[in-house]
Amino acid sequence: MKSCVLIKQVPDGDSPVVIADDQVSLKGEGITWTTNETDGYALEEALLLKEAHGGEVVVCTIGKDSALQVVKDALAKGADRGIFITDPKFDNLDSFGKAAIFAQVLKDENFDLIFSGLQSDNSSNAQTGLILAEFLGTSHATMVIGTEWIDESRIKVNRELEAGWFRWTELDFPASLTIQSGINKPRYASLRGIMLMKKKPIATVTAEDLAMDEIPALSHIKKLYVPRKTKETVFISGSPEEIVTQLTDKLENEIKVL
Amino acid sequence: MKIFAFIQIDDGVVNRLSVETLTGAQKLAAATNGSVTAVVFGAVPDDLKTYKVKEILNVQAAELEDYSPLYYIEALSRIISSESPDTVVFGHTYQVRDWVPRLSARLKLPFLVDCIGFKTDDNFTVTRQISQGKINADMAFENPSLISFQSGAFRADEVESGTAEVRAIALDLSAVPGTIRPGEKYQQARGSVDLSHAKVIVSVGRGIGKEENIPLVKELADALSAELGCSRPVVDYGWLPHERQVGSSGQTVSPKLYLALGISGAIQHQVGMKGADTIVAINKDENAPIFEIADIGIVADLFEIVPKLTESIKAKK
Ligand SMILES: Cc1cc2nc3c(=O)[nH]c(=O)nc-3n(C[C@H](O)[C@H](O)[C@H](O)COP(=O)(O)OP(=O)(O)OC[C@H]3O[C@@H](n4cnc5c(N)ncnc54)[C@H](O)[C@@H]3O)c2cc1C
Repeated sequence: MKSCVLIKQVPDGDSPVVIADDQVSLKGEGITWTTNETDGYALEEALLLKEAHGGEVVVCTIGKDSALQVVKDALAKGADRGIFITDPKFDNLDSFGKAAIFAQVLKDENFDLIFSGLQSDNSSNAQTGLILAEFLGTSHATMVIGTEWIDESRIKVNRELEAGWFRWTELDFPASLTIQSGINKPRYASLRGIMLMKKKPIATVTAEDLAMDEIPALSHIKKLYVPRKTKETVFISGSPEEIVTQLTDKLENEIKVL
Repeated sequence: MKIFAFIQIDDGVVNRLSVETLTGAQKLAAATNGSVTAVVFGAVPDDLKTYKVKEILNVQAAELEDYSPLYYIEALSRIISSESPDTVVFGHTYQVRDWVPRLSARLKLPFLVDCIGFKTDDNFTVTRQISQGKINADMAFENPSLISFQSGAFRADEVESGTAEVRAIALDLSAVPGTIRPGEKYQQARGSVDLSHAKVIVSVGRGIGKEENIPLVKELADALSAELGCSRPVVDYGWLPHERQVGSSGQTVSPKLYLALGISGAIQHQVGMKGADTIVAINKDENAPIFEIADIGIVADLFEIVPKLTESIKAKK
C-alpha cells in the first residue's frame, strides 16, 4: 500500500497573533512553527497501516523554507521519503491553489491513500484534502476517527458525526482521508529515527519544475481585526490570594453554588 | 441577490443549523433586495413549509434519501448549473464539511467556511475566524459562491415564517460512481456520566499540561460537589474518558456554573457549554477566545489559583 501524508507547518498555540500594518496579514515575529496538530495524527495513522500491511509512506508539504522541518520531523518518525514544494509564487495560496499543486505533484505517484489533518490550526478552511480528491478523482472521507484495512483495493473508515454519533464508511482505493484528532497516539521520533532521517530522500519541487504559475485565490482577506467582545466580562485581578478571596465570595453570594 | 439555502434533513427533521442559516439567508435577502430559495434533498418535512422563502426546491432521486457525498455533490452541482444562484448558504455541519469542499472544486467556486456573519455595506463580504478564534477576517470574493455559517451565527428563533410552494426536480444520478459506501449510523454506548444534568461543572483543558495534574482539578470539583468536564485534547491524550468531553463532538451542558480551567474556548468547545448560566474562565492568555463568552474572567496561571481556591471553598463548608 502506498500512502501520502499532507502536512502543513503552522504557528504553535502559544505564538503571538499580531495583525501586520497592512491589515491583511499577520506578523511573523516571535512565532514558533510546528506541525499542524491533526496532520500529526494523519501521519501516525499512515505509519500504523504501513506497519500492519506493508508499503511506503511519503510526506508532502507546500511552504516556505522553514516548512522543510515538518518533512524532516515526519521522516524521523518513520516516513520513507519527503516532497518539499516551495516557491515564492506559492506563498499566498488558498485551499484551491494548494490542492491544484498537490494534484500536479502527486498525480503520477498513484497513491492508494492520501492522508491529511481535517483542518489547519491557523486558517481552518478544512478543504485541501477534499479538493484534492476531486482533482485526482479519488474517493474520500472526512473526520476519520478509525480505519480498518479490508484488502488491496478497499478500506473501511469510521467517520465522526456530531454529539457522539459515528458512521463506518467503505471506500475504494485510491482514497483521500482527512483525520480527526484522537484516532491514535502519535509517536515521538526516536534517536535512531532521527539518525535514519538524515539519509532519507527529500525531493524539492518549485513552480518551474511544475510548469505552473501563480494560481489566483478564489477569495482573499479584505481586513483582519481583533473580534469585538459581545459579553460584559467582569475581570478579577490581583495576587492569587486576592483573586481566590474575591472568586470564593462570588461563588458563595452571587452564583450561589457553595 | 438570488440566494439558495441548503436545508440538511437528519432522519426526517430539519437540522437546527440549517434553520439558523435560513435566518441568515433571509437577512441577506433583505439587505440585497434578493430572494431565498430553500433546497431540500429527499422528502420535505412539513415544518419547513412554515418558513418565509420564495420557494422550496425539492430535489428528488432515490440516492439522495440517505446522505452519501458523491450523490449530494452531483445533485447540487447540477442544480447550481441549471438554476444559477448568486450564492448558496449552508450550516457548517459535519456533513457539510464532508461534501461541499469537493462541490466547490467541481464548480471552481469559492467556498467560505464556518463564517460568523456577512457585510453588505460596500462590497459583499463574509467574516471568518482564523488563528483559533483570536482574529476575525473579512473575506472578499466573487459570486457565485458557497458559504457555510457557524453554529450561533444567526438565531433559529428569528427565522421569519410564511408559506412556500414546493417545486420538485427529479434527477437521474445512476451514473455517479459508488466508490464511497456509507454504512449505518450508530451512537457510542453512553457512559455512566451524564454532564447534561450537572449543576456545577469544573472543566479542564490542555492548559493542565499533563495527566499527573488532573487530580488538582478533581479536588476542586469534589470541593464544589461538581462534575468534572474537559475539552477534546484532554480526551485525545487519554487523560479523561470521552464521556466527560464537552463540545460539538461531546456533550452539550447547561449548568448553573461552568468553571473553565486552561481552555482556550474554540468554537467546537463553546457550542457545548455556552448555555451555562455563569461561565468563569481561568486562562493565562488574556486574548483567549473563552473570555469573549465568560461572565467572570481571571487572567492567571491556573496552578497558582486552583489549589488555593480548593482550600478556600473547603473552608466555607
Ligand atoms: C470537527 C471538530 C470537532 C471538535 N470537537 C470538540 C469538542 O467536542 N470539544 C472540544 O473541547 N474541542 C473540540 N474540537 C477541538 C477544538 O477545535 C479545540 O482544538 C479544543 O477545544 C482546544 O482545547 P483546549 O482549549 O483545551 O486547548 P488549547 O486550545 O490548546 O488551549 C489551551 C489553553 O490553556 C491556556 N493555558 C495554558 N497553560 C495555562 C496555565 N498554566 N494556566 C492557565 N491557562 C493556561 C492557554 O492559554 C490556552 O488558551 C473539535 C475540533 C473539530 C475540528
